[in-house]
Amino acid sequence: MPVTTTLPDEPEVRPDLRTATRRPRRRRRLVIGGLVVALVAAFAIRVLLGDYTFTVPDFFRILFGEQLPVSTFILMESKLPRAVLAVLVGLALGSAGSLFQMLLRNPLASPDIVGVSLGASAAGIFALLTLGLRDGAVSAFAVVGAVAVSAVVRWVAGTTGGYRLVLTGVGVAAAMVSVVQYLLARSSTWDVQLALRWLVGSLNNVPWSTVGLLAVSLAVLLPTLAVMSRSLEVLELGDEAAAGLGVGRHRTDALLLVGVLLTAVAVAAAGPVAFVAFMSGPIARALMGGRHSLLAGALVGAVLVLLADHVAAYLVPDVVLPVGIVTGAVGGPFLLWLLARGAATGRTG
Amino acid sequence: MAITTTQLLDRPRSTSAAGPATAYAVMLGLVAVAAVASVLIGSRTISPTALLEAGPDRTVLEVRAVRTALGVLVGVALGLAGACMQGLTRNPLADPGILGVNAGAALAIVLGIAYLGAGGMTSYVVLALVGAALASVAVHAIAGIGRDGATPAKLTVAGAAFAAAASSWTVAVQLVDQTALDVMRRWQVGSIGGRSWDVVVSLAPVFAVGVVLALALSRTLNALALGEEMAAGLGRHTTRDRVLVGLAIVLLAGTATAAAGPIAFVGLIVPHLVRTRTGSDHRHLLPLSAGYGAVLVLLADTVGRVVLPPSEVQVGIMTAVVGVPFFLLLVRRGRMGL
Repeated sequence: MPVTTTLPDEPEVRPDLRTATRRPRRRRRLVIGGLVVALVAAFAIRVLLGDYTFTVPDFFRILFGEQLPVSTFILMESKLPRAVLAVLVGLALGSAGSLFQMLLRNPLASPDIVGVSLGASAAGIFALLTLGLRDGAVSAFAVVGAVAVSAVVRWVAGTTGGYRLVLTGVGVAAAMVSVVQYLLARSSTWDVQLALRWLVGSLNNVPWSTVGLLAVSLAVLLPTLAVMSRSLEVLELGDEAAAGLGVGRHRTDALLLVGVLLTAVAVAAAGPVAFVAFMSGPIARALMGGRHSLLAGALVGAVLVLLADHVAAYLVPDVVLPVGIVTGAVGGPFLLWLLARGAATGRTG
Repeated sequence: MAITTTQLLDRPRSTSAAGPATAYAVMLGLVAVAAVASVLIGSRTISPTALLEAGPDRTVLEVRAVRTALGVLVGVALGLAGACMQGLTRNPLADPGILGVNAGAALAIVLGIAYLGAGGMTSYVVLALVGAALASVAVHAIAGIGRDGATPAKLTVAGAAFAAAASSWTVAVQLVDQTALDVMRRWQVGSIGGRSWDVVVSLAPVFAVGVVLALALSRTLNALALGEEMAAGLGRHTTRDRVLVGLAIVLLAGTATAAAGPIAFVGLIVPHLVRTRTGSDHRHLLPLSAGYGAVLVLLADTVGRVVLPPSEVQVGIMTAVVGVPFFLLLVRRGRMGL
């Protein structure tokens, strides 16, 4: 008899518990699914619409090798590499930004704000203009620059995250902009497109080789990140708590290095596209109901770059603005709004 | 017996070993040396005797004289503006470049050229002043939202964000409007070369008003340095004081930007260095910052001419080269009350 009095309670409790654990997971699946749909839609908008439109059947016919006059050239040499590069750059910057913000527990600490993007840019343009290197070598220099800048920032800011890190980054970023401007001013031919690409980030006139190089780099880096990010939930609790749970500081450093590399390869391909890394994380987090997610951050980044590039290309008739102008013009106010809301001041080092 | 407010405020906070008279003499001497160096040294170094005889060297000297005058003007304006800003916001990282004031001025000029049909130095100055004013109000308003008010760190980040957004818009307008691009291109990095006397003459009135206003406000800044509540307790109209100091900053930073484009870090470094010698009494800090601002700009410009021949490193880049390590040192030493 006493047994029957306790038993009926259990079936009442369990469904609640189950729904409680299931709901976030369902939300996660919904958000990721929604973002993938948004990404496909944005890609379709970028490729199919604009001043030269394609129908969907035409798109696939050209893609599978059919030669249509003019259309084939515009799609294969202009629109498609641009859109694919936008997706890749967005994925790289979005995931790197979310990773930084998560590990440093500071929404301001994204690679573009702490100077890593501009470090990569300065080293890349040095390789390009002063040493006369191309493609892969430029990317290698960008990686070296990004790593060097993050080492400097880390050394100056100490181990704390918070404002000291951000302020250091602001200073280093200012220095890197000066370096880029100096190198550009010194080069014998003042090339506006080149300047725009390395100062603000641009997808104009990219060759397929650049896209391929970035794709190969990401094919290595993103799976590495996915494997390593399993310990992220623990690291998010803070260094000490993570150490207590058996995840050491070296894991944080290794993950940050992956983030730096992702930023560097993206910058080498398209320049320091402003604020994409910074905006993706908070947007993804808001969509996920306050939870961090690298995948969502990466997808948001890709959607952002695609849409920004579409706006940049068709906002002003006859002028193709570089994508970084649009993300900068939108991202600056976003950062100010985040500051005004006080979201960024919650945690200071 | 009783110490009056005025006596309290006028009491020197710290005395430099040599006393103020020597400090001013040294400052003026250095300004003179820097100015002479700026006139004589360059890709073509000229002996002083060339002044006496007509010839190509004399023409070069005249061009360099304009450049030197402009350097003095810009340096004085930036040094004063930086010192006023650091006093007003009690923020050791304050600088017209870092807080986005210069970027706001640049954006206003570009918009004016592209959409209001502005042309000529006078209209640029007006636009720069409007832009500088709007930018400083916006940055301070945004940083001031929230419980802890406008902390140095929040101001700096808000300034950097504002500058980033404003420069994006600036580039966008330039790409759309060819005239704006042509005017702005030589202006982008911050340079005092290639200007005529007209520029100096048309900037002089605004500059003079700004300098006089700033120097007249040195006691006000001393009072404000005690903190908002203390200053109010001493009988100051803190709101009026703040508006006046803000006006001086806008006049000075706007003039400097209109003359030379965005030059950062002069307003940051100079007051800090001066403060280590004379203490934080604004009655000495302001004039000395003005003088050393001129010294820094002139030296940066002169060194930039010869450091990497045959090309020339613009003064804005030179000040960043010196300024960024300094900025990082300040952050590293944690002297901004974090």
